[in-house]
Amino acid sequence: MDSTDVIIVGGGLNGSALALALGDAGLRVTLVDRLAASVRDSDSFDGRSYALAHGSFRLLKAIGLGPALDGKTQPILGIKVSDGRAGEGASPLHLVFDHAEIEEGPMGWMVEDRHLRQAFLARIDGHPRITQIEGTVTDHAAAGNAASVTLSDGTALHAAMLVAADGVGSPTARRAGITRQGWRYGQTALVCAIEHDQPHGGIAHQFFMPPGPLAILPLPGNRSSIVWTERDAEAARIQALDDAGYLAHLRPRFGSFLGDIALAGARFTYPLELSLARSFTGARLALVGDAAHRVHPIAGQGLNAGLKDVAALAEVLVDARRRGEDIGRADVLDRYQRWRRFDTATLALATDSINRLFSNDNPLVRAARDIGLGVVGALPGLRRGLIREAAGLTGDLPRLLQGRVL
Amino acid sequence: MSQSATTIDPAEVAKFEAMAAEWWDPTGKFKPLHLMNPCRLDYITRQIEAEFDRDLTTDRPFAGLRILDIGCGGGLLSEPMARLGAEVVGADAAPRNIPVAQLHAEQSGLTIDYRHTTAEALADAGEQFDVVLNMEVVEHVSDPLAYLTACRKLLKPGGLMTCSTINRNAKSFVMAIVGAEWVMRWLPKGTHDWNKFITPDELFDLLRNAGLDPVDRKGFVFNPVSWSWSVSDRDLSVNYVTTSLKPR
Repeated sequence: MDSTDVIIVGGGLNGSALALALGDAGLRVTLVDRLAASVRDSDSFDGRSYALAHGSFRLLKAIGLGPALDGKTQPILGIKVSDGRAGEGASPLHLVFDHAEIEEGPMGWMVEDRHLRQAFLARIDGHPRITQIEGTVTDHAAAGNAASVTLSDGTALHAAMLVAADGVGSPTARRAGITRQGWRYGQTALVCAIEHDQPHGGIAHQFFMPPGPLAILPLPGNRSSIVWTERDAEAARIQALDDAGYLAHLRPRFGSFLGDIALAGARFTYPLELSLARSFTGARLALVGDAAHRVHPIAGQGLNAGLKDVAALAEVLVDARRRGEDIGRADVLDRYQRWRRFDTATLALATDSINRLFSNDNPLVRAARDIGLGVVGALPGLRRGLIREAAGLTGDLPRLLQGRVL
Repeated sequence: MSQSATTIDPAEVAKFEAMAAEWWDPTGKFKPLHLMNPCRLDYITRQIEAEFDRDLTTDRPFAGLRILDIGCGGGLLSEPMARLGAEVVGADAAPRNIPVAQLHAEQSGLTIDYRHTTAEALADAGEQFDVVLNMEVVEHVSDPLAYLTACRKLLKPGGLMTCSTINRNAKSFVMAIVGAEWVMRWLPKGTHDWNKFITPDELFDLLRNAGLDPVDRKGFVFNPVSWSWSVSDRDLSVNYVTTSLKPR
């Protein structure tokens, strides 16, 4: 087969977004995934969804997903943050973030995993510059002015460079000798979707409970996505219960303000961990998304951080291509590394400290954070800063996150 | 090609390979050039795109254009131009740069005609180009007007030349001589003679006297925070670049 400009290993959300960003800008892309596209395409709601930051949603529109997602997203109009203990209700000190405080509109959008996946597959299918290949990568190499990968059936693919979008524990990164630093929290996120009697009004809730945070995120209709954190053993015990037993644990945690609740999809668990690749680049190789970093999902920043990688890498590669540079050279890839690695390390540390501060039942720490919340609530400027950061509107923004086409 | 790698003495090849690796090492001896190169290429590619009605978002947008890179060194500008589809001649007065650049182009899978020659000799031979890249050369020549006149002869009517150099003022002495040569050691001491630096107005006069029509001038500005260069509309106080056209 012909050589292309970029081989992307991993056809998940980040890999697909990068393929479209590069393909639309004129680069030829080979997208390799071990599952066929038809298998990844699923019509039924499985309970998984994402909170898209403002910049992420603009990127999705810039790569042509706007029409497919039209009417399938739920704008987040406000976020209520409360500090509470199960059975005691929320602390009287709480933060209310309202989208009216920033000019850009809603603070984010909720979208279901199936709708995002379908939108990507529909755009990629038949794209003139994207070749999709089903196969398992067994080896890769960089030599001279080219990178190559070998598939389990012996097929060899060639390109100017390679992107690892193959998730946590990326085999590609490991093969390249890129190690990771990080730790587990001893906590597991329980994720599910619920149906409820009362409308959510587009408001997201975050309750900081001693075992860890509970997030209620609005989905279209009278449905919400729940991300609920418990210590590992307790999470395993709750996940093993039947639906009635699971709901019996969930109900007292956020009270009755949405009326009666029922499960609307499967239940998932994700162990919480923080890890960061020691380098985001290798020889003719760049890492994006979970292959590069995994942050605590407390603020829903995992996919958003991945899409920031996609936007930055696409911009670096497209600009280099238009200058006539060799897009796989170390000095080109280093621009991506400098742009993203520091930013990601900062985010990882920030979400880690928020979690450590709030997952604590020590009365002194409780008092301090109650006052901390009260202080933030009293300072409009600081609050606006937090909202804009959560919405992904700060920092040196790649053009795609500004909604501009490359 | 004027010279292919196969005609080079094998004992010399190893030496040239080491020199090519040195020229193309972004962290090595030519680091300041690599650091500045994206900014130079941004300017050059956009000037060519606009003048010759090309589209940089397409494949090989410079196909059909004949480009001369004067003072090509290891080929830091020649290779990108070839990759964008242009037919490139790289000229350098230093003979040892030619096989080095040739070797690297072959390693990159590019065809570039590198020659040990000068602008004056090419003009005398009647060679003509759509584009002449004249970057960081004019401050090193003994007779700028004669040199730029030769450059004008090298252009086809309607052809475009980009010419960059360093301004002559107190700031450029501090930045280009004290900063780049003495403090940062980016360049060997004595690389530049401040007295040979040229102000933008002087360069525009020289270009006009050489029979060219200067149409644009911009600054190349180093930002020590982002550690990168960018093109500036206003700040031409140290490094700057011009575009001129040869009247039809």
